[in-house]
Amino acid sequence: MTDNHTHTEHLDSETGKLGMWIFLFTELFLFGGLFLVYAIFRAKYSADFHLAAEELNAFIGTINTVFLLVSSMTAAMALTAIQKGDKRLTIFLLLVTILLAALFMVNKYFEWSHKFEYGIWPGSPVLKNMSHGELLFFGLYYMMTGLHALHVLIGMILLSINVVKVKTGAVNSGRFLMLENSALYWHLVDLIWIFLFPLLYLIT
Amino acid sequence: MGNEAEVSYLEYQGRHKGIWSWLLSTDHKRIGLLYLYAVIFFFFVAATLGLLMRIELIAPGRTIMEPQTYNGMFTIHGIIMIFVIVIPGLAAVFGNFFLPILIGARDVAFPKLNLFSWYLYMIGALLGVASQFFGSGPPDTGWTFYVPYSVESATSVIWALTAAFILGFSSILTGLNFIVTIHRMRAPGMKWMRMPLFPWALYATAWIQVLATPIVGITLIMVIAERVLNIGFFDPALGGDPVLFQHLFWIYSHPAVYIMILPAMGVVTEIFPTFSQKPVFGYGAIVISSLAIAFVGYFVWGHHMFTSGMSYYARWFFSFLTFIVAIPSAIKVFNWISTMYGGSIDLKPPLLYAISFIFLFLIGGFTGLVLGALATNVQTHDTAFVVAHFHYIIFGGMGFSFFAAIHYWFPKMYGRMYNNSVANIAWGFNFVGFNLLYFPQFIIGIQGMPRRSYDYLPQFETGHVLSTVGAFILITGLILMVINLMVAARRGAKAPANPWHGVTLEWKIPSPPPHENFDEIPEITAKPYFFGTKDQNKA
Repeated sequence: MTDNHTHTEHLDSETGKLGMWIFLFTELFLFGGLFLVYAIFRAKYSADFHLAAEELNAFIGTINTVFLLVSSMTAAMALTAIQKGDKRLTIFLLLVTILLAALFMVNKYFEWSHKFEYGIWPGSPVLKNMSHGELLFFGLYYMMTGLHALHVLIGMILLSINVVKVKTGAVNSGRFLMLENSALYWHLVDLIWIFLFPLLYLIT
Repeated sequence: MGNEAEVSYLEYQGRHKGIWSWLLSTDHKRIGLLYLYAVIFFFFVAATLGLLMRIELIAPGRTIMEPQTYNGMFTIHGIIMIFVIVIPGLAAVFGNFFLPILIGARDVAFPKLNLFSWYLYMIGALLGVASQFFGSGPPDTGWTFYVPYSVESATSVIWALTAAFILGFSSILTGLNFIVTIHRMRAPGMKWMRMPLFPWALYATAWIQVLATPIVGITLIMVIAERVLNIGFFDPALGGDPVLFQHLFWIYSHPAVYIMILPAMGVVTEIFPTFSQKPVFGYGAIVISSLAIAFVGYFVWGHHMFTSGMSYYARWFFSFLTFIVAIPSAIKVFNWISTMYGGSIDLKPPLLYAISFIFLFLIGGFTGLVLGALATNVQTHDTAFVVAHFHYIIFGGMGFSFFAAIHYWFPKMYGRMYNNSVANIAWGFNFVGFNLLYFPQFIIGIQGMPRRSYDYLPQFETGHVLSTVGAFILITGLILMVINLMVAARRGAKAPANPWHGVTLEWKIPSPPPHENFDEIPEITAKPYFFGTKDQNKA
């Protein structure tokens, strides 16, 4: 895409942030649909949901929560660092954020493959023999954590682009809208997990 | 013309030449035209499907196609018309072109995102059309994708679902862009209550786009997951609930009706003052009613499901709110008519279309109350009555408003005038054809003609024949209208900057507008719609 607008002034950061905030609202509504479905089935099959939730490994869930919370902090610190003009620290903090996100994904991978070993995947024969509530719980589990994992991936890509941009100086202490918006996005990914974690792992 | 030295947006050469100066343009005006051409193209695709369905229904039994073909046709007719034409239609075409100009800005807030939305739109639209030809046969679920059939149907439903999802994403991004544009880019002095009413309507619409579309997005993804992974959200055999799908679907798709109609209302609100040469009556009431429609419109989705199985209280509640949402619409009608009252009315094609908009919208609105009332809904649910009501609102409302908009703004967009008499004749065909096409469907609907039906009992034949005749008259009018405009775009007389003596900002710049809209961003010092008449102080 190109910029054949002679007048395209520098996108002022208030405008850019407003756009990002509205986009984050749409993301919340996207997940909101799934939360709604969760609430309805939870009310309908509360005993089954209780049983199924005990299958999930709350320990891995907790570790992942810690990863994401810390990564949210490092993302916020990266923003402060770039505002203060410390390029190297910014890059370091961004890399830590990406690393933590990657660890989250690795954990997720092991968690899912562990489930697969027990024959629990959407539409699997084992699942079909379970009660309706358990079946729906795992359906929701895969759908919600899957969609969330997709957002983690997108967030990692965004943060990586930021690393490059900070390196080349396109993102700097006077111009950090992109980093700020990416950090906002990353906080959203974190925030959604903060809701997913208790709903799926803790409420048993 | 205003300033001859300025290069119009049509001639402006940027970094790219030829076709690329359009396909890669981030100019909101060019993107508006890209949407316009796409909308016209897909409209004729879907209208042809509609015409074929009408030919099929001219006599009972098989006429020109198989039942399964018919199912595919009403599905793709619905998907294209709803998701590709009516939902983006006014906002993407005229919103893109005129929103920045009307608020005194040089472009939307995110020009590149705007172009990206158009590409998403094209991908979604082409995928929707492709679902007819590729995969395992045309989808046959209807545009509503009701489960369990949409999960079971062997046709290429996934293509259509993906198309709708992508189009929804495009719609969200356009809405987001408009909200930010309106918040951040109004000309100095343009306070909220000094903003013209088309931008106000777009603002209300954009919020619905942003807040409702994600719900249908996730719902469509869930249906895809049902089909691919067999998860069971909507399958009673696995513990799911098909009615849940209907709720999720209509939580978006009812507000979507207001995505369609609010910009339409905004357009005619611009047209009535100009062609009456009088300030709009009740500016504040129109603003508030737009926002009220957007807000209340969220809470009426259940009226699509009165016969699906809901508690008595839920039905009562949804029915009540459906009646409430009629009130702001009625306020607007009152305001439009009061704007014309005592004005010096100039009955040009845009006003003709705007007045017929009121007429058709009223019929559509009142029959909507018939459907919104619990008792009569049971009789008319899923009959041709619904089809007629829906087309009166969507085609008679949004469609005629679209025609009004194109006749109103055409001189500004292309810098040329069209032939008035031909436009009037085309209007006559459109108006007569439209009513003949859809009004009989109210009657046969009440008598029991089901919708989406390939065959029918002999007693409905008169109604169907009338309806098909109407379809041919309508399509004649549409073709005439488009040809008139196409000829005008090439060979029409040069348009002055302000052919209709309008007072909003778009009429203060040359026709066609220069590349950057304004030499200098105007200072706004008063409310819009001042015509310098004696009513000035009352506005």
